[in-house]
Order: sequence, then C-alpha cells, then structure tokens
Amino acid sequence: MFAAENGLKGDPRLEAISAAIRVVPNFPKKGIMFQDITTLLLDHKAFKHTIDIFVDRYKDMQISVVAGVEARGFMFGPSIALAIGAKFVPLRKPGKLPGKVISESYELEYGHDRLEMHVDAVEPLERVIIIDDLVATGGTLSAAISLMESQGAEVVECACVIGLPEVKGQHKLKGKPLYVLVEPSGLDEFC
Amino acid sequence: MTILFVCYKQQPAVSQESENMTSKEDGQDPRLPKIASSIRVIPDFPKPGIMFQDITTLLLDTEAFKDTIDIFVERYKGKGISVVAGVEARGFIFGPPIALAIGAKFVPMRKPKKLPGKVFSEEYSLEYGTDKIEMHVGAVEPGERAIIIDDLIATGGTLSAAIRLLERVGVKIVECACVIELPELKGRDKLGETPLFILVTSDAA
Repeated sequence: MFAAENGLKGDPRLEAISAAIRVVPNFPKKGIMFQDITTLLLDHKAFKHTIDIFVDRYKDMQISVVAGVEARGFMFGPSIALAIGAKFVPLRKPGKLPGKVISESYELEYGHDRLEMHVDAVEPLERVIIIDDLVATGGTLSAAISLMESQGAEVVECACVIGLPEVKGQHKLKGKPLYVLVEPSGLDEFC
Repeated sequence: MTILFVCYKQQPAVSQESENMTSKEDGQDPRLPKIASSIRVIPDFPKPGIMFQDITTLLLDTEAFKDTIDIFVERYKGKGISVVAGVEARGFIFGPPIALAIGAKFVPMRKPKKLPGKVFSEEYSLEYGTDKIEMHVGAVEPGERAIIIDDLIATGGTLSAAIRLLERVGVKIVECACVIELPELKGRDKLGETPLFILVTSDAA
C-alpha cells in the first residue's frame, strides 16, 4: 500500500522524496524508465525524510531484523536497522556471502537469478522487515520472503521507496503487507 | 588461527585529546574490542589461503554496529565534509548512516554498468587483470570535501581508484575510512597523501 493512502496523505516529505528521484530513460534497455535513487542520496534532507518515515513506522513494531536486498537495499536498510535497534541482514547475489548460505531462486524477464542469506542470520520467530529501493514484479521480494520463512522468521512487511504500477492496488506480496512511499516519475510514455 | 589485534590508527592530535578522556586506556576506545570480536573470520574464502573478514556478523550485533558508526560519525562530524563516498557493495552498508549523521551526501561508487546515468570511471589492477569503479557525473562538485568508506582495505587497489576518481573532479579526500585493515598487504602505501583511518587490523592469511 502506498504511504499516501496510509496516514501520510499530503505529507510534504513524500513530494520532496519523489522530486529527488531521477528518471533515466532507456536504462538498462530501451523502453525502461529507470528510477535512479542515487539523486535521492545526494539530497540529504530528502534522504533523511525517507529513513525517518520508515523508522517512524517500524520503531514500535518489535522488529528485530531489517533485511536489505543487494545492492540498493543496502543503502536504506542499515540506517533503519540502527534507528530501530534491529540487526541488519544483507540478502545477496550468489557467491558473495562467505559463510554457509541458504538460497532461493526467482524469475527474471529472461531466465532466473538467486538470492542468498547466511544460515545463522535470523532465528525462528524473529520479526522481519525486508527493504529494497523499488518493487516491480515482486519477484526478488518474494524470494526474500521465502528465505525468511524457511528459517521460521515472520515477515511483518516489505518496504520500498518506489512501487511500479504493477503493485498499485496490491496491499500484499506473497501474503505479506507491502509498504511503498512513492510512485515512479516520468511514466507518461507507458500510459 | 588469525590473531585479531585492535588498535586505533590515530593521527597525533588524538593522543592529546585522550588525556581528557579518562575512560580510555592507552588511548584505545573501549568500544573497539567488541567491534573486533564481532567480526567473523571464514577460512579459504573466496579461495584457499584467504582468511575472509566477514562483517555480516558485526551487522547482527546491534551494539557493535552502532558503535562502529558512532566512532566514524564522532570523527567526521563538524569537519566540513559534504561527501561520503562508499565503495560497492559493503561500503553501501556503512556509508549512508555516516552520511546521514554528519549531514553529507552519500555517493555510491559502483562496478561497471550499474549506474544508470552518465559516469566517470577509473580502472584498477586485480591479481589477474583489471576492474573499473564508476561514479555518476554531477554527484560531486569541485572543492567538496569527502571521505571514502569501505568495510576493509587489503591491497588498496579499489580505494586508490576511488581516490583518483574523486580527485579528477576536483574533490579533496580528507580521509579513507575502513572498519578493517590487512596491514601485510600494504594497501596504505597505495593511498599516497590520503590518510587512512581504521578500527581493527587483522592478518590476511
């Protein structure tokens, strides 16, 4: 669900966040309007607003794990984890994590990829939020949810800065709540 | 067995400060032993003979992770640093919390073809071959003061490339900061005039 539908309607911070995100046409390939959050990270105020909104939402929800999807989830997750007193768990592409891992595959447009997590990172019954910069089809987040559930942890919510039109109107992903701050900019070509 | 010894690679000014800080022994920050012990060593990763310094266990220790960030923030706050550059991917974990706390921008320095916009790139040597590090054009401006963050410095190849990249666009690198140094690999020597600040040192193999 979008933040504006869930208590933050008219919040000027959301506008600032949206305005700070740059759209790069035709990346990584023709027809894609890439939502570039690096410009958000250059805008200290807007970046702080982003983190503050997530922290305010999760700080009283007894969350003990913030999991972030490589690599842009790493840019948001740790700050949230630190502020709410949770562990940060990186979810990585294959072969990056040095210890014993569990892995889950997910679909790409062509083919598939895998997401990995260290086996000792989360414990059964821990309450988890999963962070990424953007949700499109939800494939990566679904794989992340599977990893957590395989360890007996409870995914409380998935949280993303940007949600593509595919997820509008969807409040859940694989049965788990989805919380998104803003819609993408510059999608006029698609309508 | 890897010996982890802990030291605070301070510039001379700090030993004067530490006279006023009676809680420190030998000028050492009392938070360092816990940070050091929270780092897991994985033998033979990514290949035989390498003792991999795994910071993911530090990230699971909320106190140690908070202390790590606090030490960097205390060092860099109020020093006119407007840019925290973090090297992909583990630099992305430490850099943004520091940037937010000191009021700076966070600039990701990435492997080729990850950044969507126009980029500057810098090549550096690997054991076999070369790699590249990239940064968006327009992310930084001439005259800005920056720190560069990564989890670890080994040979110094990546960090020296990051320094060259930022210096090419007129940025002053105040310091490179890493959680861990592997001093045997002499990475420090590749950094030229740029100071290096680290929390923990370890053996490479």
